[in-house]
Amino acid sequence: MSSMLKIAGRELCSRLFLGTGGLPNLALLPGVIDAAEPGLVTVSMRRTSSVASGGLLETLREAKVPILPNTAGCLSAREAVLTAELAREALETDWVKLEVIGDETSLMPDAVELVEAAEQLVRKGFTVLPYATDDPVLARRLEDAGCAAVMPLGSPIGSGLGLLNPYAIEAVVAAVSVPVVLDAGVGTASDAALAMELGCSAVLAATAVTRADDPVGMARALRLAVEAGHTARGAGRIPRQAVARASSPMAGRIA
Amino acid sequence: MKITVNSEPMEVSGTVADLLEARTGDRRPSGIAVAVDEEIVPRDDWARWPLQDGHVVEIVTAVQGG
Repeated sequence: MSSMLKIAGRELCSRLFLGTGGLPNLALLPGVIDAAEPGLVTVSMRRTSSVASGGLLETLREAKVPILPNTAGCLSAREAVLTAELAREALETDWVKLEVIGDETSLMPDAVELVEAAEQLVRKGFTVLPYATDDPVLARRLEDAGCAAVMPLGSPIGSGLGLLNPYAIEAVVAAVSVPVVLDAGVGTASDAALAMELGCSAVLAATAVTRADDPVGMARALRLAVEAGHTARGAGRIPRQAVARASSPMAGRIA
Repeated sequence: MKITVNSEPMEVSGTVADLLEARTGDRRPSGIAVAVDEEIVPRDDWARWPLQDGHVVEIVTAVQGG
């Protein structure tokens, strides 16, 4: 059995977080949530005229899942802080997945603006979960800024490339004492399991689920993978070695 | 009085609640947040927050997102 994940003193029911972006039809969301049993579900904040929300909040409230607003698309600390404040007002939560990207092509985090925004939001009383690069130094800076977790990327947002640098993810896990949530890049179940085996406390997946042929099936697969990876981490993998080592006794064989 | 709402010019008078009523039919819609000139207007202040010429208003809600 996996132990309960706690972030900022709050127990979350699952180590899989679900992003809602990319789902072709909102009607699929309840089934996806049922299958994923997510600990947190992310949403973005947008102008009311730009995209119809179409009952998203009602769906999430009916599913009784905690909502984690993000600041996706923000290019500066100023934009991200204002977006977080709008989210707090609209959704009545002071938790925020802080995203400050450097450009709209790579979607990579802008470390300088990210730390600045994190410091400001912590001062304003937010529980900040920053989306970051897989850099242990930045992770430590974010922890020092008062972030409740750090969320390094496995690979670029929406790429599905998995964990391109598992050693860096391990280094992030070793560098901080707050929970590490693998964010971005998960393409399928094995990616999520690997993240957990490396010591991550949770995994956030969005497009891996929402753009799968069968989002409900992938949601279930990721839930099982996260639990399997977390359990395996606790159980302790055997050391890798380059030579064979028999598990059956060599003595007593017929000759 | 001319203001800008979500990047579009608009002719209005009154409070934030009046503006919301004009756009959504509801003076206190749920799941919505409003900023005027980059300052959050708390929900409880909507009905008494006067809009002024040149104000830049953002009205946002939650949408699907990672």
